[in-house]
Amino acid sequence: MITQAAAVRTKVLQRQGAAVALVLVVAVSWLVFPRFGSLDNLRDLALQGSFLAVIALGMTFVIITGGIDLSVGSLYALGGVLAAWGSQYGFLVALALPLLVCGAIGLVNGLLIARTNMAPFIVTLASLLFARGLLLAITDEGATTYQIAPDSAFVELGRGTVFGFGYPIFIAAVLCVLGGLVLNRTTFGQNVFATGGAEQSAILLGVPVAKTKIRVYTVSGTLAGLAGALTAAYLQSGVTVIGVGTELDAIAVVVIGGTLLTGGMGTVVGTVIGVGLIKVIQNVINQIGTLDSNYQSVVSGVFLLVVVVLQRTLRR
Amino acid sequence: MTLPATKTDTKTATRTAARTRWLQDNGVYVAVVALLLFNAVFTSNFLTLGNFRTQLVQAAPVLIVALGMALVIGTEGVDLSVGAVMALAAAIIPLYLGAGPLLAILMALVAGLTAGAFNGFLVAKVGIQPIVATLALLVGGRGLALVIADGQLVQLHDPAFLALGTDDLLGLPISVLIAALLAIAIAGLTNRTTFGRQLVAIGDNRKAATLAGLPVNRVLVGVYTLCGVLAAISGVLATSRLGASDPADMGLLMELSAITAVVVGGTPLTGGKVRVLGTVFGVILMQLVRATLIKHNLPDSIAQMIQAAIIVAAVYVARERR
Repeated sequence: MITQAAAVRTKVLQRQGAAVALVLVVAVSWLVFPRFGSLDNLRDLALQGSFLAVIALGMTFVIITGGIDLSVGSLYALGGVLAAWGSQYGFLVALALPLLVCGAIGLVNGLLIARTNMAPFIVTLASLLFARGLLLAITDEGATTYQIAPDSAFVELGRGTVFGFGYPIFIAAVLCVLGGLVLNRTTFGQNVFATGGAEQSAILLGVPVAKTKIRVYTVSGTLAGLAGALTAAYLQSGVTVIGVGTELDAIAVVVIGGTLLTGGMGTVVGTVIGVGLIKVIQNVINQIGTLDSNYQSVVSGVFLLVVVVLQRTLRR
Repeated sequence: MTLPATKTDTKTATRTAARTRWLQDNGVYVAVVALLLFNAVFTSNFLTLGNFRTQLVQAAPVLIVALGMALVIGTEGVDLSVGAVMALAAAIIPLYLGAGPLLAILMALVAGLTAGAFNGFLVAKVGIQPIVATLALLVGGRGLALVIADGQLVQLHDPAFLALGTDDLLGLPISVLIAALLAIAIAGLTNRTTFGRQLVAIGDNRKAATLAGLPVNRVLVGVYTLCGVLAAISGVLATSRLGASDPADMGLLMELSAITAVVVGGTPLTGGKVRVLGTVFGVILMQLVRATLIKHNLPDSIAQMIQAAIIVAAVYVARERR
């Protein structure tokens, strides 16, 4: 009984470790930095986190199937540029174009991975290059930055607010709730877990492993494109240089959230908490004016390490 | 009645399998030769000594990193931190260059050794997945390098140190010579030593290797440490050639170039096999592809898309079939 109770406690710590850390970090920041708790800062924090959350949501699905998607950073940038370019033809084109193109590249990722037995790491590495190349091709080698008309409805999507909270926050929240429901309450979600848990057994049990993989990479690509479109709407332009290394941020927050890179286990809630943690830490470092921004990555790296080592030690 | 047909089928199948196998093993060499022939015919000023020198000098730092990466991938791991380690090495050089180039280089190598050993410790002793363990250093390492250098690019003036990147020895650029020697050493290490055998055995089946009593942890720490040192050597040579310490740009995205070269060279990401010569040719192939595209004035955008296609094609050919 005692060991069982201890096991339960360990399990809670494992699953809630990131949440506990988030509460602690937020509490300390609130007390130490007077500006941290201001509504303005919290709104900004949530908005900054919403773009990464959309990308990391797709990454969560991919990683639970035991895969990885390195192309999302490039697709994020590509989505933004496509949205900005498409905005001259109206709201629908601006929104649909990035989703379709990035979704299509995700679909190709999925097809190559599921049908040819190539490693996800290398397939999505290739599409990282490809998407960046495509982005350069449609922006005159990065020289053209497409602007979005400030009075267009599309800009409203990125800059509009409810009680001061930007639309992207609500979009990300709705998507994450939907994602959580899909993962835990649908057959597709079950297939995602089964694919990552034990692929061979899943195949023998008749789980449509190939179809599931194709779908998660398509979803991941589409979400990265959407995050790019939202960012473009917020910035009112298709910035060509964003998204370098974003795939690593996304992987980091998913891992911090307790999703195992080996697949078969993970939660959307954890990912959202992971996004919160990284963004709060970045925010706090920005508030300590004396630290230059280079410390941000040092602290993020150390933090990732601490969380992963803790998770690993607790699992033993 | 069906027997003869089956026999023919089997024979054809065997022949196809043999052909695929041959292509898997030798595809990268064929591609390099094909590309050389293409350039010899269609690219002006390609078959010149000066051009070959340039290509080799540009490929040398990538090759040195790729050699370490090949070993890590052979253990079914991956090291994402190599670019950050190069940046660290670059940041450390100017700190000690006043006390002479030897000390500066030594300190840079010590940094690489420490970083690599740290990665190895995380992977082997703590049991963290290689991607995540080395991701932490990728994120933090370059930041640390920038903190050390105060975010500044520092011009270097020590003639002895700069000679490393510009001078020749035995008619070859020093960096190329070092890369070649290291390639030979790593090939010897993988093919002729117990360490090499153990490394491949661990990559093939870690559980079995543990049960067989192989010193799994020690070998893993050794491999990651070696990879860190090689990345630092590459950082030193690249810094010397640049004539400046530039931690912001040094080795940026090097992890991707190195992984690409290793995989294109026929070392599977699933571990259990290290192909050193394949890695050398993988580096040369990617360098030649880039050079060809540049010499034919193709824009960067097209160049990147073509590289993506080549990676997919190479891995498609080399993939293991179910």
